[in-house]
Amino acid sequence: MLYREALNKALDETMAVDDTIVVLGEDVGRYGGSYRVTEGLYAKYGEKRLIDTPIAELSIVGNAVGMAIGGLRPVAEIMTANFALLAFDQIINHMSKYHYMSAGKITLPMVVRFPQGVSKQLAAQHSESYEQMLSAVPGLKVLAASDVNYAYHALKHAVMSDDPFVFIEHELLYNKKGEVDLKTPLDPFKARIVKEGSDVTIVSYLKMVDDVMAAVPKIEEALGCSCEVVDLCSLNPVDYDTLKASIEKTSRLVMVEEEHKTGGYGAQIVSWAAEKMFYTLDAAPLRIAGADVPIPYNRTLELLSIPTPDSIAEQIIDWGRRNDV
Amino acid sequence: MDKLLAETLYYEMVRGRAFEYAAKEHYMQGDISGFLHLDIGQEALSVGAMKAFAKGDVFSTYREHIMALARGITPKAVMAELFGKEAGVSEGKGGSMHLFDPSHFFYGGDAIVGGHLPNAVGCAYARKFQGEEHGVMAVFGDGATNGGAFFESLNIAAAQKLPLLFLCENNEYAIGTKITRVAPFEKQAKKAEPYMPAIEVDGMDVVAVYEAVSEAQHYLEKGHGPIFVEAMTCRYEGHSMSDPNSYRSTQEMALCKARDPIERMKKVLQEQYGMDAGAIELLETKAQNEIDEAVSFAAEAEEPAPEALMAHVFTEGGTHALS
Repeated sequence: MLYREALNKALDETMAVDDTIVVLGEDVGRYGGSYRVTEGLYAKYGEKRLIDTPIAELSIVGNAVGMAIGGLRPVAEIMTANFALLAFDQIINHMSKYHYMSAGKITLPMVVRFPQGVSKQLAAQHSESYEQMLSAVPGLKVLAASDVNYAYHALKHAVMSDDPFVFIEHELLYNKKGEVDLKTPLDPFKARIVKEGSDVTIVSYLKMVDDVMAAVPKIEEALGCSCEVVDLCSLNPVDYDTLKASIEKTSRLVMVEEEHKTGGYGAQIVSWAAEKMFYTLDAAPLRIAGADVPIPYNRTLELLSIPTPDSIAEQIIDWGRRNDV
Repeated sequence: MDKLLAETLYYEMVRGRAFEYAAKEHYMQGDISGFLHLDIGQEALSVGAMKAFAKGDVFSTYREHIMALARGITPKAVMAELFGKEAGVSEGKGGSMHLFDPSHFFYGGDAIVGGHLPNAVGCAYARKFQGEEHGVMAVFGDGATNGGAFFESLNIAAAQKLPLLFLCENNEYAIGTKITRVAPFEKQAKKAEPYMPAIEVDGMDVVAVYEAVSEAQHYLEKGHGPIFVEAMTCRYEGHSMSDPNSYRSTQEMALCKARDPIERMKKVLQEQYGMDAGAIELLETKAQNEIDEAVSFAAEAEEPAPEALMAHVFTEGGTHALS
């Protein structure tokens, strides 16, 4: 099954059992979704539940908040993360706060699906990542799906939860293939050990998990070490227990993320490790992230602006040699 | 309008104003802090609209104390909220600007100008979806009509034919900026006219507001889509307690107060309903007593426990099992 098909299946199965679930966004209905995630749902559930909106993100999220207040379970789709900036008033001032400000009287069972990341030559206004901002907002649960099985189970969980979720997808993952284990439920807030290892813990999420996995054979060969790869899955709350157990085993931490390095999400993980795991670590943590630059259009420059399997391998090998890995 | 309703409208306005004066007094004494936006002068609008729209959902602004009261939330629960107490309607977490009570179909209490309009649109979608006919009301000031959320909301509500009443309380000032300095016309209903029918009403006349909003609600119930009501009104105080109101002349304020909604309704009660001064005074005393009790209640109520800090960030494990 493809990643986008897993998301589609999650929506379809939840919509089939709960007719208060509605999907809204630009081109989600008749068109089938910009990334074909909602393909076929319009025909099955009709225009009342697959709502084609104007391309007005403030309203897409703001209306979803109101629908949730009114007793529906909306799933809003943003076409791409940069557009969601127009909806940040709704995400930060409304979606994340109504439950708290009303002392629990208002609940917002809603999801904002959030495709993001550097795709291919879409340039600076269509290539960014905002998990650092989203996960810094109390009152939002932020999931990041790197994997087909996780995408299916985690989206189902988010849609059926009474809390507001931002569900981050990476635009290059929609056609990723994978197996979905329909029978085994999964805790969406638990980090996933993608590969076990004993010498270095490499933490990542979204598409960077695949890039890290592509880099690992080279790293292990060059350093003669064994890497443990952890996919965070949930960016808020964070499964620190899994991270702690892994670092206790390896005593080394590398954080890999695609977004701009300054103020990037990985800073939180490294800061946590410095605060809580300092005496367990045998080396200063390494942070590999995107350059602090608007994403350029030119393919060569674009690839220089973000971590790639080669640059990840190179940086970890260099760091490993300097730190007796 | 029957006498009982007329009396109720008067009572609610008097009680609302007494509440606001009490809030002002206790703000100055330091019992209430933060931003406090008083609704004195605009009682006809707040009371008339809420009473006429009793069956629908309401999304309002930060100037919402009297609306919350007219909606049925008790003065004790609202005053305790202003005092930041646990017995407050939002358990001391929202304050003056964030009063919520879904059991009275009252959803704030939003402090981002125009930010609640898309929420009202979404709720109107939900009501239409559910086949619920009473619809939704969004209350906002003239200032909000200059923002993008307003125009997006007009567009979507009209395109989807949603049962949404846009109620513009036009008091002519966004804090200290007169509307005509930042918008091309005095009456903001003009902005809605391409999208939906728009009615203008004297926002200082509670009977007129009640009738206009009732009429607007009937329109919503017919399923024709949204409607816009603009009520011209006047606030007597500054925008909030931190605004000295220095941008309006004594003359302008005098003209404003000459339209006083409470005095006007008092005359109606006397002249049209034959109520004598004693009967009216009885209502006024009752209203004041209710507010005095609310203040004592708020003053004596408990502070929230420290554990309340982290409560209500999320629901407690509220995930529905898939059947």
